[in-house]
Amino acid sequence: MVNIPERLDRTFRALADPTRRAILAQLERRDGGTISELAEPFSILLPAVMKHLDVLAKAGLVTRSKSGRTVTVRLRAQPMREAMDWLQRYERFWSSSLDRLASYAQSKEAEARKKGR
Amino acid sequence: MTSLTLVRRIRARPQIVFDAVTTAEGIAQWWGPDAGPVLVAETDPRVGGRYRVRFLRMLDNIEYESSGEFLEVVRPERVVMSWRWKDGVPDPGESRVEMTLKTIPEGTELTFTHSQLHDEESRRSHEGGWMGALDKLEARYARGNA
Repeated sequence: MVNIPERLDRTFRALADPTRRAILAQLERRDGGTISELAEPFSILLPAVMKHLDVLAKAGLVTRSKSGRTVTVRLRAQPMREAMDWLQRYERFWSSSLDRLASYAQSKEAEARKKGR
Repeated sequence: MTSLTLVRRIRARPQIVFDAVTTAEGIAQWWGPDAGPVLVAETDPRVGGRYRVRFLRMLDNIEYESSGEFLEVVRPERVVMSWRWKDGVPDPGESRVEMTLKTIPEGTELTFTHSQLHDEESRRSHEGGWMGALDKLEARYARGNA
């Protein structure tokens, strides 16, 4: 099994390119598409689109299925969910820490006032 | 940039909050993801000085440790430190923690930022703003489409 940091690297790397994000946004709007449909809005050649799709597929962000001569590309949720979870973990960590920090500092403040300062 | 910012209003003067975030005695009272205890806290709060914090996470009963260097120390206004998890667990790479303290009538407004969280990738994707892409796609998944 691929470990999570490695998968996260791939997800973030795949998302770091504007064309790939546009492809994902397209797939989100139309719920899947063929490669030539996906290439339409871009002024780049089909092979370049295929290369972007390879990166997205390696990151697990899309799946490709072939039926006859047509390849249909679809969005996949799992890696994105992992990326969100990863970010939220830090948020929970600090949110919980800062709550305790606030009550600790407030008790120190009360102590200082009692001492007359 | 992969970063996280939290703002808290605290009913204590900035000097007290500043000491709570920079001294070992202070840090031992609050640092960590849950009610698990801080096991080690060491700080040398001056530019170039180091800190080390080890804590137990109750959730999985595992000890984690982070350490780094104080990059800016301006009492009682601002402290910046680098952050690295021991042995790269749970995350590899170096990130940055920045705290700014502002005096407000009720005490202190603390702005806390943890940035450069996904170092290489986040730097490269900065212009691209992939966070926007994440938000959008997250909305889709929230609707239950897998």
